[in-house]
This record gives sequence, C-alpha cells and structure tokens, in this order.
Amino acid sequence: MSQNTYRRHAPGDQPPYLYKQYASTVRRAPSKPLIFLPHTLSETSGPIFRPSAIGETDHDLTRQHAGEPQGERIIVTGRVLDDNGRAVPNALIEIWQTNAAGRYRHAKDNHQAPLDPNFTGAGRAVTDENGIYRFVTIKPGAYPWKNHHNAWRPAHIHFSLFGPAFCTRLITQMYFPGDPLIPFDPVLQSIPDEKGRQRLVAKFDLDTTQPDWALGYQFNIVLRGREATPFEK
Amino acid sequence: MIMELIPTPSQTIGPFFHICLTPQTDLGDLTGERIRLVCRILDGDGTPVNDAMIEVWQAGAAGEYGRFGRLCTNEDGVCVFETAKPGRVAAQAPHVNVQIFARGLLKQLFTRIYFEGEPSNLNDPILALVPEDRRGTLMARPNAEDSSVWNFEIRLCADSETVFFDV
Repeated sequence: MSQNTYRRHAPGDQPPYLYKQYASTVRRAPSKPLIFLPHTLSETSGPIFRPSAIGETDHDLTRQHAGEPQGERIIVTGRVLDDNGRAVPNALIEIWQTNAAGRYRHAKDNHQAPLDPNFTGAGRAVTDENGIYRFVTIKPGAYPWKNHHNAWRPAHIHFSLFGPAFCTRLITQMYFPGDPLIPFDPVLQSIPDEKGRQRLVAKFDLDTTQPDWALGYQFNIVLRGREATPFEK
Repeated sequence: MIMELIPTPSQTIGPFFHICLTPQTDLGDLTGERIRLVCRILDGDGTPVNDAMIEVWQAGAAGEYGRFGRLCTNEDGVCVFETAKPGRVAAQAPHVNVQIFARGLLKQLFTRIYFEGEPSNLNDPILALVPEDRRGTLMARPNAEDSSVWNFEIRLCADSETVFFDV
C-alpha cells in the first residue's frame, strides 16, 4: 500500500475550509477536525477518460454556435504535471466561464449584463501524452457578487481536472496577470502561500500568441503525485 | 533527485458549474443488488444545500473498482444515485467514496458511505479510525418501506456533522 500512496499537501498549499472573508464558508466548513485517511485502493484508483469522449469543438469555445462570440479571443494552453514533475496524460479538463460581459449562461446568474447568443462558456479537453492541453475561448469579464460591499470577482476561468486517482481530483480557477481585482478577492486570497496564489495566475506568452488572431496564455497545472520511492530518492 | 513542484491550489466550484459539469447518471455495470442511494446535504443552519455537486466512486458487487457517477443537488439538497451495492474491497467493508463540491467549499470534502447493518463494518480498518460516537454519520440507512432505497444525510458544520476525511 505504501508504495502507491499520494503525497500529502503541505500546510499552506491549499486554502482552509473556513475563511471568514469568504462568507459562504461560515455555514459550510467542517467544525470538527478531519480524520486522517490512509490511502487505499479506494483513493488511488479513479475513473479513466479517453480522448474519444471529446467532441471536435469542445476545446474551442468560439466555435460552438453559428456565429463568433463577442470579446477578446484568447488561447489558453499548458501542461498538467504531477508534483514530481511528470506529465499527466489522459487527464480530463473541463472549463467554464462568463462571457466577455461578465455573465454566465446560467439561470441563477442575475448580473445585469448581456448574454451572448454565440457563447455558452463551457469546454472540455483531454491532455495528450505530454500532458498538454489547449483551449480557444474569449477573455471572461469581471462581475459583482454579494460577498461584501462592492465585491467583484476578478476575471477567471473555472478548471475541473481528473488525474489518475480519485484523490488527485482538483477543481480550481485560473486568473489573468495584472488583474487589479486580485488583491481584493477573498477566494484567491484564501490560499496561504504566495507561491500557491501565483500558481493560479496564468502567464501571458508571446510564443503562444498567434499574430493577427489571438493573445496566448500559459497555465500549467500541478496535481499531487505519488510519494517518491526509496529508489527515486 | 526528483523535482517537487508546488501543487495547484483548489478553489471553490462556485454556483454556476452546471453549465459545464454535466451529470453522470450511468455508473456502468450494475450487476448485483440494485439500490437507490438518496443523498441529502444540509448546512450549519440545517438549510438544504441546493448548489452542491456530489461525485461517487465505488467498486462493483465483486469488489472491482470502476463505477463513477456525479450529480448536482436539487432545491431540497437531494440527489439520487441509481447504483448497485458495492462489494468488499480487500479488508474494507462495502462503501462508496464521496467527494462534495459547492459554493463556500474552497476545496472538496471527502467522505464515505457505508451500509448500516453490514456485518463487515465491525472489521473495517477505516471505520476503526473514526471515534465510535461519530461512525453513525457515515452510515446509509435503508428506507422503512423499500429496503432497496438507502438514505445518506450529509451535515456540514454542525455538532452532528458528518465525518470528513483528510485524504
């Protein structure tokens, strides 16, 4: 069992459950200590997804309707690695986001901003043998929320990932470099370590940028990996 | 020397995931004892959590892994998995592995669903790690009228809260 276990998160790597500045945590965070669970087959196995499960335009959110969506076209690409630095192939990535005006195509989003008939805001991809994924989309907008007075979420893209095991499951958000709302966002600021917060800010990349077409951003994602064996140390 | 990278931190799923994270109601091969697993989530005020996503991962009747499902909760905080009762996995009693995502959860919660009255619960190595007075929070209970229906209540942030695991 010990050879197959996954590395535990270090203190400060991950946000806490209770973070009072993010008001919704208060009635939902556990109030009792978690119970340490040794990794068994139940945690180290997980569902397997194949690239065949992905449709042709699933990775291109600008080509899912009759016309092109409004907004700034962007490319978001990167690698999924484990914390040992190894590529994670066949990882299913699902993303969702607002349109350029900051509105989700969701019945419960009441923000007074227009919907875009040519934008759903949902995409899917599976990483290749080198752990690489690529999406084409439009830059999402900032939007207000009710967390505190004059609260605005910075522009972000939600990312959902299945790695190789049930315990490598990750749901997170990608932010944009230089966004002035980042210092005021309790969701991102809940992460104790500055390096962890930086992990969630994509990097503008001129090599990814395509001339006369779209700006490019690099966003690498690191999932927990297996604990090193004595041989590897 | 192995390079150790800082893992990407978790962030909340938020309230708008439904536009992308579609339900997976088909768990795969359901050979064995068919059951309906009724899950309900309540917050610290006892209010139903109507914007959660629950993912389950379980073994089949013979104890082999490979059944995955996910559903979002409805206005009553409820979702219902149509599945088969899992078999024992090695020394572990039959159980369903659960992850819960929701607005207000900056990272997912891990718990497990065991089946009340299952004799092997007494020897389960994970249940043995849970204080005896809290083990009941991990038990699904059969419906009085229909024993193929099992109810599992997840309580967040309460004196009687469900046991959550550090995975």
